[in-house]
Amino acid sequence: MLLSVRDLRTRFELDEGELWPVNGVSFSVGTGETLGLVGESGSGKSMVALSILDLVPAPGRIVSGEVDLGGEDLLSMSGAAKRRVRGGEIGIVFQDPSASLNPVYRIGDQIADVARLHRGLGRVEARREAVHLLGDLGIQQPEKRARAYPFELSGGMRQRAQIAIAIAGRPRLLIADEPTTALDATVQAEICDLLKHVQGEFGMSILLISHDLALVADVADRIMVMYAGRIVEVGHWTAITQEPRHPYTKGLIGAIPHLGAGSGSPLEAIAGTVPDLTDLPDGCPFHPRCPEAGEDCRSAVPRLQDVGDRLCACYRVKHTEAVT
Amino acid sequence: MLAYIVRRLLLSVPLILGIVTATFFIAHLAPGDPVDLYLQPHRQVDPEVIERVRHDRGLDRPLPVQYANWLTSSARGDFGESFLLHRPVREVLAETVPYTLLLILAALLVDALLGISLGVVSAVKRGTRLDRTVTLGSLVLYAMPGFWLALMLVLVFSVRLGWFPTSQATSLDYASLSGPGKLLDRLWHMVLPVTVLGVAGAAATARYMRGRLLDVLGEEYITAARARGFRGWTIVRRHAMKNAMIPIITIYGMSLPLMLGATTIVETIFAWPGMGRLTVDAVLGRDYPVILATTTVAAVLTVLGSLLADLGYAAVDPRVSYDGPGN
Ligand SMILES: Nc1ncnc2c1ncn2[C@@H]1O[C@H](COP(=O)(O)OP(=O)(O)OP(=O)(O)O)[C@@H](O)[C@H]1O
Ligand SMILES: [Mg+2]
Repeated sequence: MLLSVRDLRTRFELDEGELWPVNGVSFSVGTGETLGLVGESGSGKSMVALSILDLVPAPGRIVSGEVDLGGEDLLSMSGAAKRRVRGGEIGIVFQDPSASLNPVYRIGDQIADVARLHRGLGRVEARREAVHLLGDLGIQQPEKRARAYPFELSGGMRQRAQIAIAIAGRPRLLIADEPTTALDATVQAEICDLLKHVQGEFGMSILLISHDLALVADVADRIMVMYAGRIVEVGHWTAITQEPRHPYTKGLIGAIPHLGAGSGSPLEAIAGTVPDLTDLPDGCPFHPRCPEAGEDCRSAVPRLQDVGDRLCACYRVKHTEAVT
Repeated sequence: MLAYIVRRLLLSVPLILGIVTATFFIAHLAPGDPVDLYLQPHRQVDPEVIERVRHDRGLDRPLPVQYANWLTSSARGDFGESFLLHRPVREVLAETVPYTLLLILAALLVDALLGISLGVVSAVKRGTRLDRTVTLGSLVLYAMPGFWLALMLVLVFSVRLGWFPTSQATSLDYASLSGPGKLLDRLWHMVLPVTVLGVAGAAATARYMRGRLLDVLGEEYITAARARGFRGWTIVRRHAMKNAMIPIITIYGMSLPLMLGATTIVETIFAWPGMGRLTVDAVLGRDYPVILATTTVAAVLTVLGSLLADLGYAAVDPRVSYDGPGN
């Protein structure tokens, strides 16, 4: 396993009370694998990504857990070792390239600086690498674009540039947090293809985060479904999409008009609203919205268990022998 | 870019003209007569002499005519002769303006270096005792009246401790000093006036820089920079400073007129041979030609300052461009 996250817990202490956007999350990513992470807005997906890099913003704090990378726990590393991991072992692409690219810093320099930092390239080499990466990611006239500032590029080009920055340190894992959400529908597909291309070329693993299950199903090998800070179902993409077992996953799938053909809005199909993380119900956090909920669901939080061909956290889902 | 500069300079001509015109009429309409003041020590003067002096200076003509005359000659660079000093105003300006510029540039430098570094340190060390000390110190300095600070500095550092001279720009034996000695002597005389002029600005800059930098450090591209493995200090220097500096540059452009105003007080207290003290003396003595000339110079400096600030702004922020399409 390239990355193993074990029982990760991240807490925010707010005036309104405490909140656990990451509440005992465990998973691993294999070498060359693409793992998808889906869930409604506010379920804690971005906090999982930031926790993996130990970059949870204040007043949030990682309370416990391990982020194991090649046998070493990132969370207990020295500051310098963490910085080698960030950008060097794990690259990240954020949702909105307009916000995450520095507005007064040329695109080429933003890429080259990462290559210099993590690969020890010289100034000239790094510069050449930046232009090369931009070209490789499908940007026309890469020489010229490298000299541009972010505001001079289109949204799609900015996201390509952000991917170039994320892979400039040759990380083994690329985290893409809603990489297409801020983009036009036509550009979305291009960016997805690009992620696959990058993976093929550099053999890196990808953790693809999105609220859009259809998009994730298109790219990921395995899919994790997250609800209110917890993983509720994990399995091979076909298992999750063809035969979802957790009621929440079923709701997400049901909301997609034609799986793989378009993006649906899960909020419309699942009754109720996303829960307030500071005020979760007792028992399974999904039970107020769950069509299958019973008395037992109100008592304790169901644990994520092996139910045969997948892991699932639901009292209604019993172990079955894998039928593929 | 060049076209922009030219356009800005042309646009500033009516502005300067307006300032100078207003000054002309305010000065002339204010009570008091230059000739009265000039002749005061010798009470029993022949009224005819007074008339002659008036006539020689053109003060007996109607105000609009005086105004037109002044405008045409000053447009040619001739600001007339000082009533008090009996010398061409141009000569007097040539002697005093460099002293004032020296003071202002040094004060702006202190303002920038001290203000920006204190602001950065205080933002980076937010919430620590150092931050609180800088914050309190800058509030106190900002609130302190310049003249009071000047008098206190003179009292402590000149009178009590004798470290710095109380006044003037050079020592009496300046002419006999060696080259480096001359330079040191000048710097030595500059310390107190520059401190008074620069410190309030530095305090404001530090406050402003702290706030701006904290805003910028909360931006997503800073989180992104951390996620790429850059270290804290590199992020401040390379990723945050430039963004934080952009509005500071505009503030500098606006601080020039304030500083010109402050030089009148500082130069008077320190007997600094600059334009500020010259202006104060001219106002008290109704020396119209000098008042008008220094006002013109101040207006031109202000306009240039704001133009420089705008150009600096464009140089730092790539999103701002003064080039027309096709350039
Ligand atoms: N700075 C913060 N202060 C307080 N609460 C926060 C903060 N950042 C995130 N949260 C809380 O953490 C929870 C999870 O946030 P997160 O950004 O991880 O959600 P997400 O699944 O990525 O959603 P989205 O699809 O909107 O990106 C949210 O409910 C939010 O209220
Ligand atoms: Mg998110």
